[in-house]
Amino acid sequence: MNIGVLNYGMGNIKSVLNAIDAVGYDAHVVAAPDQLAELTHLIIPGVGAFGNAMANLASAALLEAIHDHVQQGRPLMGVCLGMQLLATQGEEGGVNAGLDLIPGVVRHLEVDGPVPHVGWNALIHHQEHPIFQGVKKHVDFYFVHSYYFAAQDRRHVIAETEYGASFPVVVGRDNIVGVQFHPEKSQDNGLKILENFCEWDGRC
Amino acid sequence: MLKKRIIPMLLLSQGRMVKGKQFSAFRDTGDPVSAARIYNAQFADELVFLDVDANRQGSDFEQLLNLIDKVSSECFMPLSVGGGVNSVEQVRRLVQSGADKVVITTAAIENPGLINDASAIFGRQCIVVGLDVKREDGAYRLYSHCGRHKTERELEEFIRDMTQRGAGEFIVNAVDRDGMMQGYDLDMIKCAKAVTDRPVLAAGGAGTFAHLAAAFQEANADAVVCASIFHFGDNNPIRARSHLLNAGVPMKLIK
Repeated sequence: MNIGVLNYGMGNIKSVLNAIDAVGYDAHVVAAPDQLAELTHLIIPGVGAFGNAMANLASAALLEAIHDHVQQGRPLMGVCLGMQLLATQGEEGGVNAGLDLIPGVVRHLEVDGPVPHVGWNALIHHQEHPIFQGVKKHVDFYFVHSYYFAAQDRRHVIAETEYGASFPVVVGRDNIVGVQFHPEKSQDNGLKILENFCEWDGRC
Repeated sequence: MLKKRIIPMLLLSQGRMVKGKQFSAFRDTGDPVSAARIYNAQFADELVFLDVDANRQGSDFEQLLNLIDKVSSECFMPLSVGGGVNSVEQVRRLVQSGADKVVITTAAIENPGLINDASAIFGRQCIVVGLDVKREDGAYRLYSHCGRHKTERELEEFIRDMTQRGAGEFIVNAVDRDGMMQGYDLDMIKCAKAVTDRPVLAAGGAGTFAHLAAAFQEANADAVVCASIFHFGDNNPIRARSHLLNAGVPMKLIK
């Protein structure tokens, strides 16, 4: 077991490390391509703007290393901005290419309500997924975001939330999964998702 | 549907947790880290930490940073932190220590540009503006420096101004009701809600669960900030949430 949390200069990663520690796994910070090669599990957290994030990943030569990790069938989880980066492209601060691991476009939330969408909200589950094993369907998670992942293919939408409109907040394809909410800020149910990810073999 | 929130407030003085009445006569109420652990176990929705020594002698910013660092390694929920914050650099250091949001009160009055700057750098969701308010001569007057200095600003124009500058949410604290446990100033909360689309957190005066329900159902508050009700009674966030759910208020489900 070798769990890495990617540090690419986008926000505080300490709370993700603390949360994984709390569920009994030992995660460490990775920031360079050769460090990714050693991993069994990779988490991409992040808070900030899509364009800056992709530029940081590119300048640290991490794009290829992330794709290699995925191609070898190892589990990858994106959290918040890290989930959005899985898309084909993002529209925050101009159009920028994403990691293109799950087809979709990251768009600004246009809903009848204040943006960002901040607070505790429930999920509408469309598919089962190993990271939700043992987590009740009706429980709430903590969200903070102004953009959302418009998935191209409904088969990649694991769950949505309702906030003025419904939009995808958990996406997945094979060994890749992304959550828009913050599991590391969602108390016991969030910690359970991180624990499940650490125990996931990448198969659905 | 987005849920309503119960937010215990932990006032800090010299590394201890305290609680007063009407912003004075502070009593020691225990160790803040232990209290945060207990609130975490009771599924509080968020925590707010405010250093009441800020702007007076004895304030220790490093001590506050250490406390937040400790709490954030054990409490997996959003943490808001404030008390004398008056620079982007202080916001940055609090965020690096584990704060999800930073509460700015006196500096929002004295240096409103800080709200623009901090909001642009850290995002609107990170910047909470605190208002300490007294009802005087038919107006809601703002006080600074932990309720000690009267200012020229009034509630409604100030909230409009701060909304434009990028405040992410507002804690509206009724100074005269603080610690009295006689209920929130519902009219004050309604006035705040009427002039902004950002979340408004009611503070100052909660003594019973009925007071919490009134803040949500009569004044449409987005969250209730609670201190005395949990410090000085047999109440806790679990029981408060159960009561509110039964009263029909949408609250976070955990089990």
